[in-house]
Amino acid sequence: MSTPATRRKLELGRVGESVKRVDAVPKVTGEFAYSSDLFAAGMLWGHTLRSPHAHARILSIDISEAVGLAGVHAVLTHDDVPGDKRYGLEFPDQPVLAFDRVRYFGEPVALVAAEHPEQARRAAAAIKVEYEPLELVVDPELAADQPAIHPQHWTQGHGYRDDPRPNVVRDMRIERGDPDARADVSVEGYYELGIQDQAFLGPESGLAVPDGEGGVDIYVATQWLHVDRDQVAPCLNLSREQVRIHLAGVGGAFGGREDLSMQLHAAMLALHTNRPVKMVYNREESFFGHVHRHPGRIWAEHRANRDGKLVCVRMRILLDGGAYASSSTAVTSNAASFAVGPYAIENALIESTCVYTNNPPCGAMRGFGAVQTCFAAEAQMDKLAAELGMDPVELRLRNALASGDELPTGQKITGSMPVEEVIRRAAAIPVPDPEELPRDPIRLPGGAGNTTRGDGVQRGVGFAVGFKNIGYSEGFDDYTAARVRLFADTDGDLVAEIYCAAAEVGQGVTNVILQTARTELELENVMLAPGTTGEVGSAGSASASRMTWMATGAVQAACRAVRDELDRRGGGLASGDEIDLERIYRHPRTGPLEPETGQITTERAHVSFAAAAMRVVVEVDVDLGLTRVVWIGTAQDVGTAVNPQAVYGQIEGGTAQGLGLALMEEIQTRDGLITNASFTDYLIPTALDMPPVVAELVEHPEPEAPFGVKGVGEPPTVVSTAAVMSAMRAATGRELNRVPVKPDDIVFSGS
Amino acid sequence: MKIELSVNGERKEADVWPGESLLFTLREKLGLPGSKNACEQGECGSCSVLLDEKLVCSCLVLTAQAQGHEIVTVEGIAEDDRLHRVQEAFVQTGAVQCGFCTPGLIVATVDLLAHRPEPSDDEIREALSGNLCRCTGYQKIFDAVRLAARA
Ligand code: FES
Ligand code: FES
Repeated sequence: MSTPATRRKLELGRVGESVKRVDAVPKVTGEFAYSSDLFAAGMLWGHTLRSPHAHARILSIDISEAVGLAGVHAVLTHDDVPGDKRYGLEFPDQPVLAFDRVRYFGEPVALVAAEHPEQARRAAAAIKVEYEPLELVVDPELAADQPAIHPQHWTQGHGYRDDPRPNVVRDMRIERGDPDARADVSVEGYYELGIQDQAFLGPESGLAVPDGEGGVDIYVATQWLHVDRDQVAPCLNLSREQVRIHLAGVGGAFGGREDLSMQLHAAMLALHTNRPVKMVYNREESFFGHVHRHPGRIWAEHRANRDGKLVCVRMRILLDGGAYASSSTAVTSNAASFAVGPYAIENALIESTCVYTNNPPCGAMRGFGAVQTCFAAEAQMDKLAAELGMDPVELRLRNALASGDELPTGQKITGSMPVEEVIRRAAAIPVPDPEELPRDPIRLPGGAGNTTRGDGVQRGVGFAVGFKNIGYSEGFDDYTAARVRLFADTDGDLVAEIYCAAAEVGQGVTNVILQTARTELELENVMLAPGTTGEVGSAGSASASRMTWMATGAVQAACRAVRDELDRRGGGLASGDEIDLERIYRHPRTGPLEPETGQITTERAHVSFAAAAMRVVVEVDVDLGLTRVVWIGTAQDVGTAVNPQAVYGQIEGGTAQGLGLALMEEIQTRDGLITNASFTDYLIPTALDMPPVVAELVEHPEPEAPFGVKGVGEPPTVVSTAAVMSAMRAATGRELNRVPVKPDDIVFSGS
Repeated sequence: MKIELSVNGERKEADVWPGESLLFTLREKLGLPGSKNACEQGECGSCSVLLDEKLVCSCLVLTAQAQGHEIVTVEGIAEDDRLHRVQEAFVQTGAVQCGFCTPGLIVATVDLLAHRPEPSDDEIREALSGNLCRCTGYQKIFDAVRLAARA
């Protein structure tokens, strides 16, 4: 008998070290299998017929011609949905396939499976749907006085403030201290944001494979495997065990994969044809295939004393949720909760409303409500600084939130909240000197377009601070499961296999899990099993900047349980023996907000908070309205950086997305119809649009988090739109109260 | 229609639709899904391949046009079992997040360094401006290109 296997010395990959991504090599060689790369023998291609109307009654659907076409195996409508006709991330208000009426442009109406994708497209085009247009609800200001898009009040009666008006998704208020408190000075402003798209590069796609016993395996790019399963199974009239969701390679997510896209549709086609069915959206379809960032209209008033101390903030926020609820109720609340920004304040009145319209449905996107209000609140802080004749950085320092302070919801911050340090560190990064003229046009606004030699170009430097919550809030039972299987390999070495359904969406959670396990087990041989609903409990969603914290907590707990068991067995395992334990981790409990006043009802409504500050330099050609972002310097409160290289990557990437919202990204609609569903017309930052980003990590371990981690994905996106716009105002002297800012606004708008 | 072409040094045959893109044929008929399908309309560069040593978006090339030509895809960049220095640099610098843009960027960077072995920062930005990345903000991609150029 061989000696029992024991732990081998750990050489690399602990928490806190920059470790190369384990999936980097297959990704650079092209071997990594994304959800659009999957293949199965006998596979058919699925395609979705979508509504050409934003709001219409469906009078009839005639599939007779489509079913007869060559290569077509199935044409399905709402009549073919085997179970519940509706689903939804939080409220079941969304039809699997439209029945009675369509509520937005691009809503799925029918499905086709065929041998070639082109055959499927042609068959879909042969389906005849008769529509009768209905009154459009497309102006969010008018929505609450128009006929209800959803006669059932899906989101009412869930503990939110009652609002019987038609089309109101959630209406909430946070009232703190004396909302009428007066002060020496007051500044007012009105701000608007367009619809931003996540624009992940990997289109919605996946493969559904019938298991021959009535169940189905779905391989898909998603952010939360188990919640997909829980929505899919009842609509297919199957048990949860009969639906297995497997994580296929994810080409970016940013909130846009929280809701279902093709999962149910591919599964319906696969079960109907008893063949594997693959669906891949093209880019145009992707713009209809997921929810977007809520566009918003925000009115704000800030009152402060001469010394710069904020006395009272009043804000009204109106969000357009589009046709279905998705996560709108939580976005509405987040927008309100973080409306004031990371500043201590005693008096506030924040009113936040989200309405249903026939515009594109909105839901989660990186920053989740805090992006919208940060843009408004930071513009207000600049205005206030100007009114007071005070340095904008100084004004922010004077009001900086700190541990021990109370938020407008009455929640006392008990964890780390180094806002002052974040501001000081960002402000201390040396700003590059203005570049001389003449210079290569590539380094001027307009770039290779060669539109200027530098005349009309003005430089501006801006600053902003932002913060948001980490983890799910308001009483949501938020947990993550992890399972560790420890065994001896044939060489007699101990190996740990980790099971955790945390979605690797590109953010690097795989490394976080492996680093945690290596650190806890003091073991080099650690691997992560593919994510699936079959092998382990729910991990919750890769969103709300929560996955690092939650996965770390769960994997740590499971590793410790395994380690204890190993010690109990004398520190070694005989070959053939194994220890296999699953543990569930929960972050500190949160509770709901009081519906009328938005005040906490338990110790806290949010778990933890992370802040970022950013300085931006821009050059603007004020004659042509063209912009070049020259430089960005930022400092971010990250708790403990598990993998510093990956944390810098999140900061840089998150910053780019906020820059995109400030300067170029907007889904355009006319009467609810999207008019720019392509990368030709919906622009995202390119290599020429991104300046150098100098980032500093502010590390103060979060006391209640495993290893002191905080989430890092969202704060850079929250702050960067505001910071870029601060620089734009400084360069142009104009108010620029709408993002994305357009050349016309720079050249013609009021100052 | 039957098409014959060379892919990564091997002769291949495919039965294609007249309107089929080279990207679709590579991915769905020839078992080479490394080239990516982020937009299929020439806007993102994720499908970049070399066609007779020229950088092209394979989504904009009809397979029929590629008859008799030589294609190199991301799967053909590594030398035997060793990563190409460009691939190695992307791994080292953390230039990969979701990685959906990566195959196109690898091919585009190999092409850039073939023509400009020591590109300036502005030349890097310009050369890669046709390759969208939604995750990284490009900083580490620039680091990777500089590292590969030095290697
Ligand atoms: S897929 Fe070819 S350029 Fe986007
Ligand atoms: S790494 Fe995700 S698109 Fe570039």
